[in-house]
Amino acid sequence: MQKLFTLKYLNKKGIAYLIAAIFLLVAMLLGISIGTVSVPVIDILKIIGAEIFRLSPNEQIDPMYTNIVLNIRLPRVILAGLVGASLAIAGAAFQGLLRNPLADPYTLGVSSGASVGAVLTMFFGISIPFVGLLTLPLLSILFAFITIFVVMLFARQIDRSMKVETIILTGIIFSSFLGSIISMIIALTGEELRQIIGWLLGSVSMRGWAYIKIILPFFIIGSFLLLINSRELNAMSFGEERAQHIGVNVQKRKMIILIAGSILTGAAVAVSGTIGFVGLVIPHLTRLLWGPDHRHLLPLSILTGGGFLILADLVARTLISPTELPIGVITALIGAPVFGLILINRRKERRG
Amino acid sequence: MLSVQELTGGYSGEAVLKNVSFELEKGELFGILGPNGSGKTTLLKMLSGILPFSSGDVFLKGKSLKMYTPKEMATIIAVLSQHSSQSFSYTVKETVALGRYAHQKGWFQTWSDEDDRIVMQTMEQTGVAHFENHSIHELSGGERQRVFLAQALAQEPEILLLDEPTNHLDLSFQKELLDLLKSWTRGKGLTVISIFHDLNLAGLYCDRLLLLENGEININHVPNEVLREDRIREVYQTNIQKQPHPKVPAPQMVLLPEAIDEEETENLTIDQSLLTFTDEYIALHCPIPLRTMSSGVVGPGTGWHQIFVNRHVNKNYDCSDHRKEMVDYLKTQGFEPGETVGMMTAVVLEDVSFQLYKEEGFSVFIVVTAGVGNAIDASRSEEHSFQMTPGTINTWVFISGELNEESFIQSIMTATEAKTKAMYDLDVKDAVTGTIATGTSTDSILIAATQKGQKLDYAGTITPLGKVIGKGVYECTKASIQKSRKRIKR
Repeated sequence: MQKLFTLKYLNKKGIAYLIAAIFLLVAMLLGISIGTVSVPVIDILKIIGAEIFRLSPNEQIDPMYTNIVLNIRLPRVILAGLVGASLAIAGAAFQGLLRNPLADPYTLGVSSGASVGAVLTMFFGISIPFVGLLTLPLLSILFAFITIFVVMLFARQIDRSMKVETIILTGIIFSSFLGSIISMIIALTGEELRQIIGWLLGSVSMRGWAYIKIILPFFIIGSFLLLINSRELNAMSFGEERAQHIGVNVQKRKMIILIAGSILTGAAVAVSGTIGFVGLVIPHLTRLLWGPDHRHLLPLSILTGGGFLILADLVARTLISPTELPIGVITALIGAPVFGLILINRRKERRG
Repeated sequence: MLSVQELTGGYSGEAVLKNVSFELEKGELFGILGPNGSGKTTLLKMLSGILPFSSGDVFLKGKSLKMYTPKEMATIIAVLSQHSSQSFSYTVKETVALGRYAHQKGWFQTWSDEDDRIVMQTMEQTGVAHFENHSIHELSGGERQRVFLAQALAQEPEILLLDEPTNHLDLSFQKELLDLLKSWTRGKGLTVISIFHDLNLAGLYCDRLLLLENGEININHVPNEVLREDRIREVYQTNIQKQPHPKVPAPQMVLLPEAIDEEETENLTIDQSLLTFTDEYIALHCPIPLRTMSSGVVGPGTGWHQIFVNRHVNKNYDCSDHRKEMVDYLKTQGFEPGETVGMMTAVVLEDVSFQLYKEEGFSVFIVVTAGVGNAIDASRSEEHSFQMTPGTINTWVFISGELNEESFIQSIMTATEAKTKAMYDLDVKDAVTGTIATGTSTDSILIAATQKGQKLDYAGTITPLGKVIGKGVYECTKASIQKSRKRIKR
């Protein structure tokens, strides 16, 4: 009887992973296939297969296809997937930690900090020796780090026990402060204006494999740190005191989760600019579909978040082709109404 | 088990608790009491390691609390707090399973069969097993509280800390929960520390109580010693009165509300204007309930009653269940039995004698129906075989004043002595022994007081109240017996 229950339980979760994985895969194939030049799915599989297994290039495939797939679309899709996955898992973790389904990486001021770093780099034309083009991403991550530490320090000054409410408030204060710094820089800037605004709205285009190498290690470290803390996140979503009563070392775990979240957010913002609503809508949707258990919520958010951003990017570049829309516009256009709907449904359910 | 030594501390530098020390043995059910802001919750938070203390120390199994990691602590102490936030809709089982956190080791924290067994068991014990797959959002406040209790118990703690555990529970679950806790302290050696707002519940269930006042210990003792009228009145700054529990030797406190319609009834005097006579009964309707102590057929013992009925029954009255018959009779006559003290007599009711005695600040109204056909000398009553003959002295004493329990009992003594003296002076003989009788075999008495106006703390024979009762009962009894005798001669 007990075994049967466990089996059923696993099956249900298994189906969840299966659906999420298929969603991601389909999104990736669509993202690679569709564009000004359409590449058949069979060819995509052949090209990637040949690349991975180092087989001799298949004679039948157009070299132009190979070029488009390997150098343009595949890195773009992978980058979009990694950014979406990073933002989604970070959002899920922050929501669990702050016990607020409306929270996301931006609430803590992390992404504003990263943006300031990037905007400053562009404004002053800073270029650190040896890293060259990677100055922008590195400074973004650095500023994300600095922001989260200043926020935590500030919160600790207000309230030694660092309550969640205090952290959110501090994050909001810093968010608006840093936001106005960005506005000020934009007002001061001249010909750089278009570049900065374009970056602020977010994009994953023309980044190439170099940017994937930047975000990948941060994505792996950040996700790993969050995944091993999923049970602690479960406990903390019942309140910090409750979590401590259950036996969680709240101070330490909270710090790890915040750092991991800011690594993920900082790296994502650095490579793609500010893309909103992914970190808010995806964890929320995943939770509604498959339950709030972080042991499954986090990995499922990675899969759905990645797939979602790949599709959003696809829409962004094909909607008014050949002009590309900023991806942040698409996520906001899809995300905000969906989020509104979710909110209304939740209200109705609670009342019902 | 737990030793608290000169614990001091609070929030942001201000000491809420000052120098609190106490010891706790394994298997105790320990209650923490105190008015709002006295530091109860602060103390509990310090014991659970949530709030750091500024000085003093807490030793848990001989080791300072500061030396424990949160995980180690969680295997010894579990906490059930008053409020719990649940932002996400976890299922009941997921919620309870979190309680196993501290027992799981390693990075991957595998879920063992043992964990599953304990989770199922605690869900059974707290009665939440049948909705294990429901979301906690769907549950009522009380059900949710039980889910969190199951979570705490899944930690397999040795000490359970509770912050007003009965807060969201209805009456039956309050009792169930506390019965359960009590049995675990006895059977499994679980130590329970709980904050109580309800003094009566604390008095009923706790082995020991700690009373906090402004962050300091007022007293740490057994319930009977802690729940003293004067102490509670002073600490809680309110008017209460202590009462014994009817079944269990535990003190119970009752609130004394400020009277609203004091003026109307303050000067109420009970006199003959309230009496009604019929062939079958004499009744007295009081506009307010009176505190009574009586040996009536209906409404005996102590209580609050508004209607008083002395019913005439035929001398051949015989009924196996006279109490039920009397209740039924009262109902047919339109009296509410719950508000009535009812007595029976075979004496003809026209022999009644009543008199109002007015004194400085209080008054006493006495009603007696007496027949002495069944007169008995109490000192030689063993010579009597059990045989019912008509003849009963029913004495009613209504006092417009405030009596305590002592003066109620003294009133009964004084009235009885006065009655006996009346018998003596009238030379009423016991038919069997031939000696002077002290009363009849079926005498009944009622003392009823308005509990308003002057306080009358004593009713011994030479106190102001005792003097009136003695004189009044003597006179009325004598008058009634004389009437009865006169009627029989005729």
